[in-house]
Amino acid sequence: MEQNTTLLQDVVIRFSGDSGDGMQLTGTLFSETSALGGNAISTFPDYPAEIRAPQGTVAGVSGFQVHFGSHDVHNPGDKCDVLVAMNPAAMRANRPFLKPNATVIIDADTLSPEHIAKAGFATDDPIKELGLQEYNIILARITTMTREALAESSLDAKARLKCKNMFALGITLYITGKSTAHAHEYIDAKFGRKSPDVAEANKQVVEAGYNYAANNHLTHAAYTVEPSGLERGVYRTINGNVATAWGFMAASEKSGRPLFCGSYPITPATVILEELAKHKELGVKTVQAEDEIAGICTAIGASYAGSLAVTTTSGPGLSLKSEALGLAVMAELPLVVVDVQRGGPSTGLPTKTEQSDLMQALYGRNGECPVPVIAASSPSDCFHYAFEAARIAMEHMTPVILLTDGFIANSSEAWRIPKMASLPEIHPPLAVRGDGDFMPYERDAKTLARRWAVPGNAGLEHRIGGLEKNHLTGNISYEPANHEEMVRTRAAKVAAVQEDIPTQSVMGDESGDLLVVGWGGTFGHLRSAVEQLREEGKSVSLCHLNYINPLPKGLSEIFKRFSRIVVCELNKGQAAAYLRGVFPQMDFLQYNKCQGQPFSVEELKRVFNQIMSE
Amino acid sequence: MAEYKYTAADFKSDQQVKWCPGCGDHALLNAVQRAMPEVADALDVPHERFVFVSGIGCSSRFIYYMRTFGFHTIHGRAAAIATGIKVANPDLSVWVCTGDGDSLAIGGNHFIHAVRRNVDLNIILFNNEIYGLTKGQYSPTTKLGTITKTSPYGTVEHPFNPGELAIGAKATFFARTVDAEVGLTKELLVAAAKHRGTSIVETLVNCMIFNNKTHAGFAADKATRAEHTITLRHGEKMLFGADLRRGLVLEGLQLKVVTIGEDGYTEEDVLTHDAHCEDTTLHRMLAAMKYPDFPVALGVIRDVSEPCIYDRAVAEQVEQVRSQSKIRSMDDLLMSGETWSIE
Repeated sequence: MEQNTTLLQDVVIRFSGDSGDGMQLTGTLFSETSALGGNAISTFPDYPAEIRAPQGTVAGVSGFQVHFGSHDVHNPGDKCDVLVAMNPAAMRANRPFLKPNATVIIDADTLSPEHIAKAGFATDDPIKELGLQEYNIILARITTMTREALAESSLDAKARLKCKNMFALGITLYITGKSTAHAHEYIDAKFGRKSPDVAEANKQVVEAGYNYAANNHLTHAAYTVEPSGLERGVYRTINGNVATAWGFMAASEKSGRPLFCGSYPITPATVILEELAKHKELGVKTVQAEDEIAGICTAIGASYAGSLAVTTTSGPGLSLKSEALGLAVMAELPLVVVDVQRGGPSTGLPTKTEQSDLMQALYGRNGECPVPVIAASSPSDCFHYAFEAARIAMEHMTPVILLTDGFIANSSEAWRIPKMASLPEIHPPLAVRGDGDFMPYERDAKTLARRWAVPGNAGLEHRIGGLEKNHLTGNISYEPANHEEMVRTRAAKVAAVQEDIPTQSVMGDESGDLLVVGWGGTFGHLRSAVEQLREEGKSVSLCHLNYINPLPKGLSEIFKRFSRIVVCELNKGQAAAYLRGVFPQMDFLQYNKCQGQPFSVEELKRVFNQIMSE
Repeated sequence: MAEYKYTAADFKSDQQVKWCPGCGDHALLNAVQRAMPEVADALDVPHERFVFVSGIGCSSRFIYYMRTFGFHTIHGRAAAIATGIKVANPDLSVWVCTGDGDSLAIGGNHFIHAVRRNVDLNIILFNNEIYGLTKGQYSPTTKLGTITKTSPYGTVEHPFNPGELAIGAKATFFARTVDAEVGLTKELLVAAAKHRGTSIVETLVNCMIFNNKTHAGFAADKATRAEHTITLRHGEKMLFGADLRRGLVLEGLQLKVVTIGEDGYTEEDVLTHDAHCEDTTLHRMLAAMKYPDFPVALGVIRDVSEPCIYDRAVAEQVEQVRSQSKIRSMDDLLMSGETWSIE
């Protein structure tokens, strides 16, 4: 049936099932198909920390949300137009994320008393209990039909059942008017060589799902969006962690310094280490260290020996690295520490997002220990800010903390691929042999960076360490005035980074009723909320921070031109407190959330409207 | 063999040595400065490729006294930082100076993992069985029952034997010396440098101030050392004593001290030291021998060749992948895999 086909601006689909149901793969495949078809996309996986939590329970539900649109899509969307629920638990877990009149595709085979009870329903009718009667419910016997489609397959029963996620994919491709061609190619590439039987079965089931939708008069292309008007260029999809890894590799190429990563696996940062470990062809060396401390310490050693050194972690790991980070500050060695933030404190919410490590990044060390802090704001701009962090670390001879978060690390979006020629060269201040003794703490007059004296170069032999040192020779010094001078110099060196970063800009008008201030990974939601309110004629602008320490120039002037300022962040107000310290004369309102989830555009609009109406 | 013609003076920095008078570390510094010219020639390592890395403690001040690249780091982490240095540049000759507290307490994890990985580091482990720089608290090698500032009624925990720990962690090279034996120390340092993989030279040093004479029972003077230590040499009989009349034999699964000519033992019965034996059993037993029941083993106890040397293996993988990959630059990588164009 071809009726009711209207072109939509954007559509959100959420795939949801047991954490073993393959929902992440299904979602990835669907979003790639959308991107290849020219849609703008933004995706967000939402999965539990347990690898295989008890089957059929709400705790074990794994979700993957895809937002695709004909315009710029800045976030994965608050709520979904289509929910694929592979069992009753998935229905229950995702009920809050349904738009009114959403389509819900349910595996009807799982609506057994046993499954319904496992999902914690009080009655035997989950649809009624969740109040979904008025929704567009598609009860498809996905398990049975997957089995039937594979009646001739050589796979065993268990392996056949694993294909049922592809059935769901087939249905969604049909109702969004997309072809199954990319899914076939992907399946062939993933399984084709090793297990042709598995590849064949998966492809059959995709087709079975697609044909089921066609034969049962589901509306073909009910959720179609036109290709977006994205800028011309070559695109790929990328998630924040991979973009971070690639940003470092790009900085390595531009600086001529080999890349070294010493890290310990930790959710949600591990993918950066995994990605870097893949790219030995570009000279990347990785050490999976024995612990977080060894992660940063091997990196400090590699930096001392002349590599662009990084260590990747999340909040608990940053706590463990703090002493060694102080050593890098004292020794004035370049180093990038990536903190992919997650819910805390302690083990907290490992797979959920939060922005609560800002204070730790700024201040979490003994002594006067300043470090530049940078935050990336979208999956793809992790590439840019990783590159920036590495550039600043090397050119200013300092450790730099790069903050991302679980949300942008795992989300992916379409990314216009940059040409390496368009990126700036990086010039680390390498020491060369001069007349007389080498003075390790002599500095560049402008950046105050000392020179990088790499072992293996004759005439540069010197001793450094964590003890306070003479401001020129680097020899141990307990002299009171020297310590004061060194404390001031280390602070001034970090402050001087301000000369080397862009002046702060504002999205929207340069003055007005309300200035929304955000930082890091909340950008996509804040931008959508501000843009939508501006379309409604509201006087609201967005000032989004990526450089946190030092802050960019121009902030004070921006702040003065707005009647009210609200600082929005996924913590209890850490950036707001920081800004109050830097700009004590300004009045900052704050909006905070600590639920392990990103902001929703809807809630932000509500909050901003309320502030403006007060 | 190269000929750099360095002397010990080439390895002496201009910094005043600040250890207490009589500290065993002085002798060790002397031995290291005398060993380095020989290492440079033997391994063809020019002066600028020597790097000394240390943690925290009396022994860790060592690096300031060497006129080489030096990095005085933080407590316990020298092995990890040295691992990073060596992996980043395997052509450097990397030396770790660390104490019993630094590498066996706070840095125990890094120590065993550096050893397990077989990173080509030379670890000089200064063992004075005490925390000196914090003024006299017991360490993980302090003998059971020792009275220190933090154990006023004696310690109630067993010490590590660094040799057993290292061999348990799959050490490919372990040697032991005492501070006063400068000649032996120098010889062991050169052997350690020549060994490919992690080498550990445990140096029993005396802390005059906080743990004086802890090794004196077997190491007080030349005569005592002759009677109560045994210097093991690969291929030679395990004989000791001023007149080399005593020796070690294996009885069942245990070592036993015998006197040649007594109880029917002849020199034939005495074990011959095989430092290159892969099996760790005897090496571990030798390393574990304790005064006064046994002579304390000095010399190279274990020196086995292991082809997987971490820093080299990392570099070789990079070269191997590089030689086979079609991706030569970031531009290649960026355009690889699934991409699409918007015109």
